[in-house]
Amino acid sequence: MSTSPSTSADRSARAPYVLTAPALALFVGVVLVPILMTALLTFHDWGQYKGIERVLILKNWREVLSDSYFYEVFARTFRMAALVTVLAILIGAPEAYILNRMRSPWRAIFLVVVLGPLLISVVARTLGWALLFGGTTGVANQALMKLGLTSGPIPFMFTEAGVVIALTHVLLPYMILSVWAALQRLDPQVENAAASLGASHFTILRRIVLPQIVPGILAGAIIVFALAASAFATPAIIGGRRLKVASTLAYDEFLNTLNWPLGATVAVLLLVALVLIIWGSNRLIESRYREVFR
Amino acid sequence: MNRNGPLALLFHTLFVIFSLAPLVVVCLVAFTPEAYLSLPTTNWSVRWFRAIADYPEFIRAFWQSVWLGAVSSAIAVAFAVPTALAMARYRFRGREAMMALFQSPLMIPHVVLGIAFLRFFSEIGLSGTFVGLVISHIVIIFPFAMRLTLASATGMNPAIEQAAISLGATDWVVLKRITLPLVMPGLVSGWALAFINSFDEVTMTVFIATPGTETLPVRMFLYIQDNIDPLVTSVSACVIVITVLALVVLDRIHGLEALLIGRGQGNR
Repeated sequence: MSTSPSTSADRSARAPYVLTAPALALFVGVVLVPILMTALLTFHDWGQYKGIERVLILKNWREVLSDSYFYEVFARTFRMAALVTVLAILIGAPEAYILNRMRSPWRAIFLVVVLGPLLISVVARTLGWALLFGGTTGVANQALMKLGLTSGPIPFMFTEAGVVIALTHVLLPYMILSVWAALQRLDPQVENAAASLGASHFTILRRIVLPQIVPGILAGAIIVFALAASAFATPAIIGGRRLKVASTLAYDEFLNTLNWPLGATVAVLLLVALVLIIWGSNRLIESRYREVFR
Repeated sequence: MNRNGPLALLFHTLFVIFSLAPLVVVCLVAFTPEAYLSLPTTNWSVRWFRAIADYPEFIRAFWQSVWLGAVSSAIAVAFAVPTALAMARYRFRGREAMMALFQSPLMIPHVVLGIAFLRFFSEIGLSGTFVGLVISHIVIIFPFAMRLTLASATGMNPAIEQAAISLGATDWVVLKRITLPLVMPGLVSGWALAFINSFDEVTMTVFIATPGTETLPVRMFLYIQDNIDPLVTSVSACVIVITVLALVVLDRIHGLEALLIGRGQGNR
């Protein structure tokens, strides 16, 4: 096939570009171009009767950045995302550790039980929470009252607490996956060595296991935060029409008010804020945990 | 492996209850004999499953989702195989940037993608078409298709291909007889993972689907926005059961852990 070494070298230098060309063309054509078009859309004007006017003005950005309503929605979005992330760490990290210590058949079975919901429709899972929460007849409140934990029903539907609980449920598998992956890289001999040197179980957990899985927890936290801040179906169903987050607000502007430029501005602002947060925390984590990632 | 203490097992039990409660409650309420939402206690009824047949929008949306998932996953895998081969075998300029670009649909909020596609398709005249839906789904499931094909391609021994070439095999024969069979396991599980993700996608699709092209999750979401009744509960129960069955099959074939974490089985 290859007649001379130079053509063969040329071929292998060109090969990766030829192989990636179709996917690259696809992504430039239908990801980068549409996103740039959306960014451009944020500078267009809009009016109830004139529709979208192709001009370059800062009206939408000024409105989003100065109106306290938008500030409130974005503050709520990131506040709930932060709460969901903390809950996911507190529940997900111990659960991943417990899973990892299980014996052979149970480990595989419960891994499927824990990770399986990840692949089940988020609408169906959220509907489950709506049924559990739903008013005074909700199963969650009946159980809480039967256990004597509350005297009256706690309002979960259309509240931030309800959205946070449902979102934590929806996103927990991502945290468990991330911590689980970190636990697989752990050398069990180190734990055994610490135990043989007389360290208590708690000391091993705190001094040996935890420091090694912190990068996994942080990586999981970034994923959960990003997905919680951009979640749509769960806040739309549990939060209802009143309790808006950034993504449901953008949806309303697009499909109800039909003010596309304003909706696009909300969405692009969400994207920019998330990119900055993820990029910033990645840098922070990498500088602190360079040794672990090496 | 150490055993978990009683406190750990209690935590685990509570976690499993928390994890499964919303799914179980959907499946239970679906069997209610009443006309309103309630847990069936003495009487169980399949009337709400029968009622699905009288609401053809759900059936139509289900088939729309199946076709959309099958077609877009197949095309995504077709794009992913050469890309994965390039990523696995070569170190070239722009490789990292390309990887980041191909993974970006995982990190870009789907609301933003939905808006971007809505704008893009309305400009180029594809809005409300099946082609538009397929294009958008190819993009969002591409990372899943590539993750598993990449794992297979990375585990492949390049000496086998070189041996075939030295024995006089043409490029086409090498591709057909050596390369594709070796990446096949990753290709199949990549397709399956891509299909599941396409089948579940709602946030982006709700922007670009029109009444004629709604997928099942979009139809369910819009229905729930209006009101929650036992009908949408029985539809959800069906979705849950179908997904669980698919998961059990996939877990038997590939191991769910490998599927989700992306530890390829191609090099076994």
